[in-house]
Amino acid sequence: MHTKLTRLLISTALVTAATGVSAQDVTLTIESWRNDDLTLWQDVIIPAFEAQNPGIKVKFTPSAPAEYNAVLNSKLDAGSAGDLITCRPFDASLALFDDGKLADLTDLGGMANFSDVAKSAWQTDDGSATFCVPMASVIHGFIYNKDAFAEVGVEVPTTEDEFFAVLDAIEADGNYTPMAMGTNDQWEAATMGYNNIGPNYWKGEEGRLALIAGEQKLTDPQWVEPYATLARWGDYLGSGFEAQTYPDSQNIFTLGRAAIYPAGSWEITGFNAQADFEMGAFKPPVKAAGDTCYISDHTDIAMGLNAASPNAEAARTFLDWMGTSEFASIYANALPGFFSLSSHEIAMEDPLAQEFVSWRGDVRIDDPVDLPDPLARHPEPRKRDLGRLRRGDQGHQDARRSRCRIAGGPRQLVRAAAIV
Amino acid sequence: MHRIRWHIVVFLAPAVLVYTAVMIFPLFNTLRLALYSEIENVRVFTGLANFRTLFGDPLWSEAFWNALGNNFWFFIIHMLVQNPIGILLAAILSHPRLRFAALYRSAIFVPTILSFVIVGFAWKLILSPIWGIAPNMLDAVGLGSWFQPWLGREGSALTTLALVSVWQFVGIPMMLIYAALLSIPEEILEAGEIDGITGAAAFWKLKLPLILPSIGIISVLTFVGNFNAFDLIYAAQGALAGPDFATDILGTFMYRTFFGFQLQLGDPHMGSAIATGMFAIILIGVCLYLFGIQTRMRRYEL
Repeated sequence: MHTKLTRLLISTALVTAATGVSAQDVTLTIESWRNDDLTLWQDVIIPAFEAQNPGIKVKFTPSAPAEYNAVLNSKLDAGSAGDLITCRPFDASLALFDDGKLADLTDLGGMANFSDVAKSAWQTDDGSATFCVPMASVIHGFIYNKDAFAEVGVEVPTTEDEFFAVLDAIEADGNYTPMAMGTNDQWEAATMGYNNIGPNYWKGEEGRLALIAGEQKLTDPQWVEPYATLARWGDYLGSGFEAQTYPDSQNIFTLGRAAIYPAGSWEITGFNAQADFEMGAFKPPVKAAGDTCYISDHTDIAMGLNAASPNAEAARTFLDWMGTSEFASIYANALPGFFSLSSHEIAMEDPLAQEFVSWRGDVRIDDPVDLPDPLARHPEPRKRDLGRLRRGDQGHQDARRSRCRIAGGPRQLVRAAAIV
Repeated sequence: MHRIRWHIVVFLAPAVLVYTAVMIFPLFNTLRLALYSEIENVRVFTGLANFRTLFGDPLWSEAFWNALGNNFWFFIIHMLVQNPIGILLAAILSHPRLRFAALYRSAIFVPTILSFVIVGFAWKLILSPIWGIAPNMLDAVGLGSWFQPWLGREGSALTTLALVSVWQFVGIPMMLIYAALLSIPEEILEAGEIDGITGAAAFWKLKLPLILPSIGIISVLTFVGNFNAFDLIYAAQGALAGPDFATDILGTFMYRTFFGFQLQLGDPHMGSAIATGMFAIILIGVCLYLFGIQTRMRRYEL
């Protein structure tokens, strides 16, 4: 309590001091796990912002994705974290807000440019406070090798039967591994598999909300059936998929050795650079023709304000700017596959990205069901980490016993966002 | 009367100070840390609460027993494979008529000085079903169908890694036993020969009893090394010790808990509780050996 008060006093004093000498430049530091985007921020986004806002300098300081949350938390505790904090969706950020580490941004002007669905990942459960400005979502689906499909003579499948028929045809043809996915890294099967095809079973948002409300359990048929379907994938993944890692899968597909890659739109940039064949994308197949198709539109990344930041005023200016169509357009085009969550109309040039985002028009959108690590024997049963899913406590416990089985092996479901 | 012998104090001081700073203090501080918890961002003394969570909460205890069980399996493989092979190699090497003994000795010992990271990555690549050379090598001798993605299967991943570790460290028992065998005086063996004990019988009846104390020491070293192991699993399978925690040992479990991984946040207090558990297990194991076995072991004056 005492330290919090002191920190508050110091930050207030610093803010006053900063506004007092407005002639001096303010430097904002951004914490992020996206070290892949370092050049984009340095060369494009930050110069665009600084040109319009003289007096504010911005520094982008990413850390390693797998360590981001641990590092960020230590920095916040020690008071050495940057002014702007890149937010993971849902519980990781909600916990920070509950701890008073992130500032309330509900009244930020730029927030008006985001729909409620976009903001849902960074709001308190009752929706009364929003604490991060949504940046982008990624969409799950399948990427395929158009040349391979033409060679084998198959069409894009829309139902599950067609999907398996296509896999059989590619298998029979023998020139391609039907599908590139490994189970070595575990999160790969969870993200590319379960979160990808699952929404068609649990009816997307409807199922997710029922789960949170405790009306459904993770052991209910609609939550278990995707495992059975995934188990059938085992025959088409190529020999040794159990020891195949995520980079292995990416390489197998981009080298043209596999025909289908269960994916997310975040792969687009990398695949465009690696693959020299034409790629297309298709939605997760529905069970029967005519069923509504649900896709995972995975609210993935946002930006919040460190509550202890001495430069809150300047940081708010930056966050406000992130709500403009200018930022949305820069970001979406520089990183095809990371789709803007704002309500601005953004023109995107990448054909594959366009294909993914076009699904938003004709299917039901769904926030991903993030199955947190504790679903498998995760040794951190701290309530706040388990998050919303834990609310249906019993369901959670049971689900631990019904882990994803592929070809006889139970696979732990680990959250993907940490690596994406 | 008693003059303080200052030179002893002075000469001991550097070692004592450094050892205290980097070993003794951290050890006791870790034990202390295990008795605290962070509640509402404040560190509070909670006594044995962390241990109650570790052994009482099924989410934690299941992970702990799994890691402990895996650790024992890891140790058993070393005891059953590494040490007998080490003794066998030493026996062969100490044979007076073996040619190129120095060459074999060095070749077998070299992996020991390699970094865990290199060993982990190299074996991961060798055994990779996609890019590895193991499938092709087996194919070349007509055993291609024997190849399995061993590191990706729950049933075989831990054993595979244990064998990789054996491959890396078999040189150590070999060297220690080799040294012990060389220290056996010729007269004893010659006396045996006169009594008609030669060849294999000489090994079983004369040499083995004489090197038993060395084997005991090697077992203790293996035990301590295995229960502190972490690097190889981390390098080959990552901090999640997949598949499905099949290769999770106490070291990786402690690392994940203490430092955090992916979305799991680090918890130094629970991590310390696990580290304390590891310390206790090793302490008990070593004490059992010291008081239960070593004191009863017959020693021979050479």
